[in-house]
Amino acid sequence: MVRLFGPLVGLFFAIALAWSFGVGAIQMINDPEPATAVQEFHLHPKEVHFSFNGAFGTFDRQQAQRGFQVYKEVCASCHSLKQVAFRDLMALGYSEPEVKAIAKQWATKAKTFDPKTGDAGERDNTPADRFPPVYYAGTGNPPDLSLMAKARHEGPEYIYSLLSGYQEQPAALIKKFPDSKVPDGLHYNPYFANLNIAMPPPLADGGVTYSDGTKASVDQQAQDVAAFLAWTAEPKMEKRKQTGWAVLGFLLAATILAYLAKKNVWANQH
Amino acid sequence: MSFPWANEYKPSHPFMQWMDEKLPLPRFVYNAVGAGYPVPRNLNYWYNFGILAGVCLMLQIITGVILAMHYAANQGVAFDSVEHIMRDVNWGWMMRYAHANGASAFFVVVYIHIFRGFLFGSYKAPREMIWLLGVTIFLLMMATAFMGYVLPWGQMSFWGAKVITGLFSAIPIVGEPLQQWLLGGFAPDNAALNRFFSLHFLLPFVILGVVILHIWALHIPGSTNPTGVEVKQESDTLPFHPYYTAKDGFGLGVFLLIYCAVLFFGPNMLGHPDNYIAADPLSTPAHIVPEWYFWPFYAILRAFTADFFFIPAKLMGVLAMFASILVWFFLPWLDTSPVRSSRYRPLLRKFVWFGLLPDVLILGYCGGSPAEAKFVLISQLGSLYYFLHFLVILPIVSSIEKPEPLPFSITESVLGKDDGAVLPANPAAA
Repeated sequence: MVRLFGPLVGLFFAIALAWSFGVGAIQMINDPEPATAVQEFHLHPKEVHFSFNGAFGTFDRQQAQRGFQVYKEVCASCHSLKQVAFRDLMALGYSEPEVKAIAKQWATKAKTFDPKTGDAGERDNTPADRFPPVYYAGTGNPPDLSLMAKARHEGPEYIYSLLSGYQEQPAALIKKFPDSKVPDGLHYNPYFANLNIAMPPPLADGGVTYSDGTKASVDQQAQDVAAFLAWTAEPKMEKRKQTGWAVLGFLLAATILAYLAKKNVWANQH
Repeated sequence: MSFPWANEYKPSHPFMQWMDEKLPLPRFVYNAVGAGYPVPRNLNYWYNFGILAGVCLMLQIITGVILAMHYAANQGVAFDSVEHIMRDVNWGWMMRYAHANGASAFFVVVYIHIFRGFLFGSYKAPREMIWLLGVTIFLLMMATAFMGYVLPWGQMSFWGAKVITGLFSAIPIVGEPLQQWLLGGFAPDNAALNRFFSLHFLLPFVILGVVILHIWALHIPGSTNPTGVEVKQESDTLPFHPYYTAKDGFGLGVFLLIYCAVLFFGPNMLGHPDNYIAADPLSTPAHIVPEWYFWPFYAILRAFTADFFFIPAKLMGVLAMFASILVWFFLPWLDTSPVRSSRYRPLLRKFVWFGLLPDVLILGYCGGSPAEAKFVLISQLGSLYYFLHFLVILPIVSSIEKPEPLPFSITESVLGKDDGAVLPANPAAA
């Protein structure tokens, strides 16, 4: 039975596939998929060297603090950071009083609700609070940034490239794809998936003043905030790598012993 | 059942003797994976992957139970509860990365284990039942992995669940009601998330049960070996312990090194970035792709692009995808060759190494790529070969192929000669 029906079933699928292939191939020849502006003009993220790259890389605390300053003064007006708590900032080298002050001075206050009276109110943020939500009234939906560095391919490089990659739409693009003019209210950015992003260029040279004296060029700010967001996305990265080396070291020793044991046990059996 | 020369369990300590009378569990272990289980002496490293699959299952159960202590299966908080595990639970990040990459490791190991079966004819009589139970385990693994991937409730979780449960809607008449019944709604939402969590917790223990049957069925005829020649005499075997415990110990070390290198230094390498975006029913990802271990089957699903007579393309794709695994159930009867191992089957060996293996890898690559015309066309040719391989080529090859001469015994294949060879009293039992 199997030997009779097996080949028949096989031929059934094979013929159906050949049919699909034929239809698809004829269509591809007669009516090929037209090239799109995205295929030709979208760019992969730029190469950047970050201190946390590689198996030994760690976060550059000073760079991450500068990145936090950029987030606080620029990004935070539209983008939330809801997975991160103020207390987490201590991992970036801020002292406890500094974290308390950052939380207390945060512009958006924590919401309170009194169950006895039903009154809604506000209070200052504390280190135990997460960064409060951002209520954005404009067009578009600014995404939460907590995990942005893991939510895109080559996340930190992507964030850096996007923030420093705004430009005029190339004339060659308009010439080849006359229908692809940047729609009103959007901005051309070759690193964005569909080339046209709603976010206006957020960074400007000297837009923030770094307390450590680093010159705040757009490129520098973009790198710094990318490094900060790499930390918010993966705050346990350093511990992960440290643990990894200890684990691999132990396993390597154990595996060598296991190999010697195996050789010993099998010595007279070959 | 075992070979007559198997070592017998003889407890010396009075407590173990007492135990052996009341509950012979140590005897059971001794006969299953101890010195009481005679195993062919020529097993190579392909044969490590059964034990490794067992290790992966235990790893998944242990890390999974711990994750379930901190995870909340509710669509409002599921995504955030995973981030809570990653950030605030002690060693939570390690548990979650171990579990997510553990699923990938499990599939790598099981795919190699299955390929070992193709290479050495492990599915052939008298081991059909072991093979059938193995394919059942694989199907259960696929269901478990799919539901597990939904739990973090990211974009790929949500849209993956939508696409995969949407497959059922291709079935005529009952399809749509069936899909709604499976999901508990019109689209994946809280009802679906809750039942997937419940089933994702249950199924690994079902797998464990079938694994026990798989190993039980293995112990009836005993393990195969790379020559495919059955065990004839005591010199063909070695006790499982210490020989194969030692060999498996080394294999386990190498496996753990690779697994931990990925876990600690590239834990998101095999995942999709979109799953770090919380599920949003209003925003469809540009390319919906499942996890890598489903890519070959996903390519087969998408390969059917034209209606075939009265059968819609979507239904053909669903039928083909299920058929692509169900066909494994019939393998023992599709392959009629009297020779077991491809080592002595020149034609089959070529089709397995240079046909099936590259075919599945190419299908996997296409399944993970966007559904552009060129990838679809390649998937169509790849799927075509896949079905022809199992259903047409394999039966034909096994009837026309001229096998190479087999060694007389396992001992001969290892030592080059078999001086002590004794023919069994009853040649029919060979």
